[in-house]
Amino acid sequence: MNIQIRKFYYGDIPEDTAQVGSNHSTTNENAWPLWEVFIRSKQGLDHKHAGSLHAADAAMAIENARDVYTRRQEGVSIWVIESKHVHASNPDDAEMFYEPASDKIYRHPTFYDLPDELKHM
Amino acid sequence: MSLHDLEKSFQDKIDKEIKIEPKDWMPEAYRKTNLRQISQHAHSEIVGMLPEGNWITRAPSLKRKVILIAKVQDEAGHGLYLYSAAETLGSSRDQMIADLHSGKAKYSSIFNYPTLTWADMGAVGWLVDGAAILNQVMLCRTSYGPYARAMVRICKEESFHQRQGFESLMVLSKGTQAQRDMCQDAINRWWWPSLMMFGPTDSESTNSDQSIKWKIKRKTNDELRQQFVDMIVEQVKILGMTLPDPDLKWNEERQHYDFGNINWEEFWNVVKGNGPCNKQRLAARNKAHDEGAWVRAAALAYAEKRKNKLKNKAA
Repeated sequence: MNIQIRKFYYGDIPEDTAQVGSNHSTTNENAWPLWEVFIRSKQGLDHKHAGSLHAADAAMAIENARDVYTRRQEGVSIWVIESKHVHASNPDDAEMFYEPASDKIYRHPTFYDLPDELKHM
Repeated sequence: MSLHDLEKSFQDKIDKEIKIEPKDWMPEAYRKTNLRQISQHAHSEIVGMLPEGNWITRAPSLKRKVILIAKVQDEAGHGLYLYSAAETLGSSRDQMIADLHSGKAKYSSIFNYPTLTWADMGAVGWLVDGAAILNQVMLCRTSYGPYARAMVRICKEESFHQRQGFESLMVLSKGTQAQRDMCQDAINRWWWPSLMMFGPTDSESTNSDQSIKWKIKRKTNDELRQQFVDMIVEQVKILGMTLPDPDLKWNEERQHYDFGNINWEEFWNVVKGNGPCNKQRLAARNKAHDEGAWVRAAALAYAEKRKNKLKNKAA
């Protein structure tokens, strides 16, 4: 593949025009783990994925989530879970995984043709 | 599937307005462009706290102080949303921070200008955040899912930044002669750098523009810049102030305002590290990071100790 992006935009200054700084190495062993944050916006609703953040432990993750994701009363309850514990379906399998449902239209109420006189159904 | 097929189905998804998610197949250039753009955007939010933090201790009233603190806290949050989005593309937070601190990674040049007077806080909110919002509203519809979601969150919060800036200038514009002069001076200094925020002109643009084709961006720099000019020219009238451009005038044919030439030499100079505050900004970031190293290490050690304690208790 030979696609080159020559043009650039606001907030996107290409590397070759940018001044390159000194060499550096990155150590990841001291990085705080990544957490996924779920927020319940009000009593009675589900917790919903809000985003992720880094924290040393669960207590700090909850405090950071409060500061990052609920500065404007967006939530009344927070769940955090370390990202490494999340298992996900594979997008490459999506066809095989979800396709079988698309031809089962009889699972939907609109599949059934009923007379207009029939009320409350 | 061959690479060609993968690229084709990728482009089909983009054309059908289906968002790309982290685990989906994507061309390497798409990944790289997004990573560079999102991390630069994140860095801009973080460095953007510095020129405003400069005025927190000197805000003229308690009201202005709490507003400014809230705004700076928002910028930190925006930086975090964006770093998280960038991390989904395979870079680590530490790597991105290291690139910023070494000068390898870039951030918006606007933050390399100094905030000399209190009126600058108003001008930054109105003009700089105003320019950023136009870009960010467009990015709410960008093709990469995590970036789009971060932008939606940011746009919800950003509107207060611009409004508080304008309101603060409005107060100055109705004040004493000295206050009015300070207001006009801030507008004069921030106007041109704000126009530069949209990036180089499109004149060298070709039709095969990949970023537009991939719907990372949906408007060109010049389109956004024109939108900004048209908007600000009307707003400045309410302040009773002027914009420092003698060529600014309504063009009946284009149905837009014409404006003067931008000093691109200055723009590239600042990008290359020679702006008024480049060194100061990076030094401040490096100092904060280095001096905070022991806190990060201590938090990790504490978490480790508690984990072991729990384990021993269970045993």
